[in-house]
Parts: sequence; C-alpha cells; structure tokens
Amino acid sequence: MATSLPKTEGGPAVSRSAFRRSRGDGPFRFLSVGSGVILLAIMAAIAVFLVVKAIPALQANTSHFLTELTWNPNATKPVFGIGALAFGTVVSSFLALIISTPVAVGVALFISHYAPRRLASILGYVVDLLAAVPSVVYGLWGVTFLVPFMLGPSKFLNDYLAWIPLFGGDSVVGKSMLTASLVLAIMILPIIAAISREVFLQAPKLQEEAALALGATRWEMIRMAVLPFGRPGVITAALLGLGRAMGETIAVALIFPATFTISFRILSPNGNSIAANIANGFGEATPIGRGALIASGLVLFVITLVVNTAARLIIARRKEYARAAA
Amino acid sequence: MTVQTGIQPLSVGRRAKDQAVRVLVYLAFAVAIVPLVSVLWLVVKNGLKRFDVEFLTHSMRNIGARDAGGGAYHAIIGTLEQVLLASLIAVPIGLLTAVYLVEYGNGRRLSRFISFFVDIMTGVPSIVAGLFVLAFWILVLGMPFSGFAGALSLSILMMPVVVRSTEEMLRLVPNELREASYALGVPKWRTIVKVVLPTAFTGIVTGVMLAVARVAGETAPLLLTVFFTDSINEDPFNGPQMGLPLYVFGQSSLPQDIAIDRAWTGALTLILIVMLLNLVARLISWWRSPAKRG
Repeated sequence: MATSLPKTEGGPAVSRSAFRRSRGDGPFRFLSVGSGVILLAIMAAIAVFLVVKAIPALQANTSHFLTELTWNPNATKPVFGIGALAFGTVVSSFLALIISTPVAVGVALFISHYAPRRLASILGYVVDLLAAVPSVVYGLWGVTFLVPFMLGPSKFLNDYLAWIPLFGGDSVVGKSMLTASLVLAIMILPIIAAISREVFLQAPKLQEEAALALGATRWEMIRMAVLPFGRPGVITAALLGLGRAMGETIAVALIFPATFTISFRILSPNGNSIAANIANGFGEATPIGRGALIASGLVLFVITLVVNTAARLIIARRKEYARAAA
Repeated sequence: MTVQTGIQPLSVGRRAKDQAVRVLVYLAFAVAIVPLVSVLWLVVKNGLKRFDVEFLTHSMRNIGARDAGGGAYHAIIGTLEQVLLASLIAVPIGLLTAVYLVEYGNGRRLSRFISFFVDIMTGVPSIVAGLFVLAFWILVLGMPFSGFAGALSLSILMMPVVVRSTEEMLRLVPNELREASYALGVPKWRTIVKVVLPTAFTGIVTGVMLAVARVAGETAPLLLTVFFTDSINEDPFNGPQMGLPLYVFGQSSLPQDIAIDRAWTGALTLILIVMLLNLVARLISWWRSPAKRG
C-alpha cells in the first residue's frame, strides 16, 4: 500500500519501512477510504430505495405514470401521472433561468470588472447573502408580499401584451407561474453570479490589457477578452442554477396554485411542480399516495442528476475553471 | 495646439455603447439587491411584532387556530438538536472523505469517482434527501418519525459541502510541512492528524459552520421526516419533533393574520441563527486564515 507514497508526495526518498512500521496507518487509511465509499453508497442507496418504494404505487396505478396529468393516488382506484408536474417543474425553472441569468451575469461583471477593487469583495459578500436566506423565508415573503404585489404588473402584461400566448388568458392572479418563477430566479441568482464572477476574474489579464492598450473601451475589452473566455463557465453556472430551481420546494409550495393542468399561460392560476406537490400532498397521503410521491421524487432526482452531470462535465473539460467549480 | 497624432478620439457610437453597458451592469447589481433589502426589511419589520419572551419560551401546545400568543420554543429546540445531530454524522464522514481525496487519493480512479459524486451530491434536491430517509429509514426499517430522521436527511445535504470546503483547506497546507514530518520519521497518519489537520483547523471549522448554516434553514427534508407537532419534545430519537423552518412553513400556510405574524417572527429567529453562524464562520476565517499564514 505504501509503494507509491514516497514518489507521489514529492518529498525526499523515504524508506518504505518507515511507513510499514506504523500500526495506525492501516486503520486510518481504511477509515478515510471507508468514508468516501459511504458517500458513494448513500448516492446509490437514494436511487435504490426510491425505486423500491415507488414500485408498489406504480403497480397500483390505473393510468400511465409518464403521460397522465391528474394526481389522485389516494383514491381507491389510484390515478396519477407525472405529466403536469414535470411540465410545471421544467417551465417554471426555465423561466427563472431566463429571468435570472442576464441579471446574474451583470452582477458578476459588476463585481469583477466595474466595482472599485476595495468594494468588490464586500459587494460580492452582499450578493452571497441572498443565498444565505432560508428558502422558507423566501416563501413567506413571496406569499405575503410578492403575490399581491405582482397583481398590478401581471394585469398590465395581460392588458397590453395578451397577443403573446404566455401573457394571454382571462383570469389574472398573483399566485401564478410567473410569481413562482420570479422567486426561483431570486434564489438561483447568487449561485449563477458567484460562479460567473469566479470565471470572469480568471480571464487572462494580458489579453484584457492588450485590448485596452489597442484603444478598446471597457465594454469592447469585456466583449473581446472576458466573455469568450467565460462563456462555458456561465453555461455551467446557469445549469447548476437550473438544477437548484428544479429541486426548490418550500418557497414555491406556498406560491403555486397547485393545479394539474398543462398551460403556458403564466399569469393564470395554473402551475405546480414535483417538489411542491410532494410538500403539499405528503400530509394526507395514503401508503399508495406516499409511494406515488416517492415515484415523482425519483423523476425529480433523475432530472436534476442529468442537469448537474451536464454542468459538471462542461466545467471538468476546462482545467482553468477548477477553482470556480468548488 | 498640438494634437496627438495617430490617436483618434473615441467615436460617439462607441462611447455611447460603453456607457450604456456600464449603466446596465450597475442596474443589474441594483436589481439583485432590491429583493434582498425587501426580504430583510419585511422580516425585521414584521418579525419584531412578536419577538418577545413568550415566543422564545413557549410552544404551540393548546393554542387554537384563532388564539394569539404561542411561541416557537419547541421548534427552536428541535432545530438545534437536529442540526447538532446532523453535524455529528456529516462532519466526521465529510472530513475523512476530504482527507482521503487529498492525502491518499492522488488521482486514482476511486478518488476521481468519489470527487465526481461529491459534486453530484451537492445538487441533490433537499426534498429528495427527505424522501430517501422516508423510504429507507421510516418505511423500510419501520422507524418512527423523529428528530433523528430529520438529522439523517440534513446530514446527507451537509456531507458534500463539508467535503468540498475541507478539501480546499487541506490543499492549502504547504507540502513542506508534510515532508518535514516524514523526514522526522513520523508515520503518515500521525502526520495528517498532528500536522495537516491542525494547520487547516480554522479553515475547516469555517467550512463546517457555513455547512451548518446552510442546513439549518432547510425545510423540505424535515417536512417528510420529523412530522409536525405543537408540543415540546426534547428527545430527538422518539416521536415527532418540530423544526424552526417547518414552524415558519406551517404558520405561513394558515389563513389567520395571527399565524402569519408568528411565521414572520419565526423567520426572523431563523435568519438570526443562520446569520450568527455565518458571522462566526467569517470571523474565524478572518481571525486565523491558514492561507495567509501559510
């Protein structure tokens, strides 16, 4: 076990017997390898046990799980499907991403290239504070402040932009897909901003200075030297934000009107998500109902796994991002 | 007047574009700060209404839907116990995993594999961690809903954060320290325990505190594992136990104004706890940063 140690540590050639003599080394190494393996085992166990507890409910289901819209697993003849929930999860998360990414990139640029040096780290910390606010607090804020507040802007959009299908519909409410997406956007903003900032800060200084020396304005310098370098990093950040938005539960559980329909009318009382449905439906769930919720959680687990893996693969391809990935 | 030859003044269009982007970037920052200010302002303003001794020392037992009063003592106790238990599980595993990745891994396949899955684990939605504990601990093993079940789900969320921050700190420990220790004939495990870990200690503590602050505000996994209760339950291993985030969620889904007020005060208490942990973490890292001293 100690054969490769002297070489890989980069230290002076140490006799192997020095390591062999120690009796504590084996157990300690075993403990640390074991902890790593426990982590892997937990990830595997999550998948296994969700599948195990989902199967009985899926077998009792009288409809097709992937295409059915309604969610009625507590009935004597359980009927439930992931269709509407998955739709709501994906649409609300993408909407949040579209709202959040431009602002987050702006914030990242502000901290990396515009704000005065001394202030930059403090301002960065202030943005990070957004991530320190617990999600249930965003939910409370959303349901008591943002929901009534959004009624005005929503009516405005519906009155003047109803020709865009998104803003159409006859009834306009505060508890809508748009409000939920806005809360999600606020919650993922610090994640996207923090990673983008790290990437922008690592843009090659020489190229930036060269651009400025050739007479480029600051924006031209950013467009030529910073953004091309940072693009994969921003994409990764956006994907990680997307994963977070999809798994977000409590904030949107309080805001979504909890319907089981598929509609792109983001101002109307439509919308739900897998996570919100679990939070709202768990209390009165029967054993089959719990199994159904676990099955929906399994779908969420798989979706976020795919999104996060994609993000990590992009970041792993570029060595210079290693620091930002932490 | 002598004009500098060769350098032409910036054209109006380019200057306008530059200024426009500058305004947009400043605006983006302002837009990002607005919700933060709004949330904190409302939490403080509405939370102070009920932030009194009764709130901090009483539970919700025998408090009817329309009754005033009541408090979050049971929830505060629950949160502190659950977070402590979660840390007791997650910190040793996370710490040892980081030690493996930095000291023993050396780019081996297993260590790259673990490293990748730690990243993936960071992205596991908190509700899925709760569902897992529900499926495994409560449904398969037949254990009761309890504070400990909640702590289990929180520890799953905590582990990857602890691994990542500890790993970063261990990598900052200069290799010369390890080599000096080996040169004195100290075995590897004693070098790690007596030299590497103490050197990185403050950084590790900071990372752990930030991880604790992160899970202290988690609601979704608690919802599925500790169940609701209005009574004080000081034993995290037996019976339903409340948690502060869950308390806020429960109160804010009630229609009465009196419940919403309690939710705000619960939110204020929760934010105070989280901010305090954050502040302590930052102070420790500022006070003795291994990066600066190394």
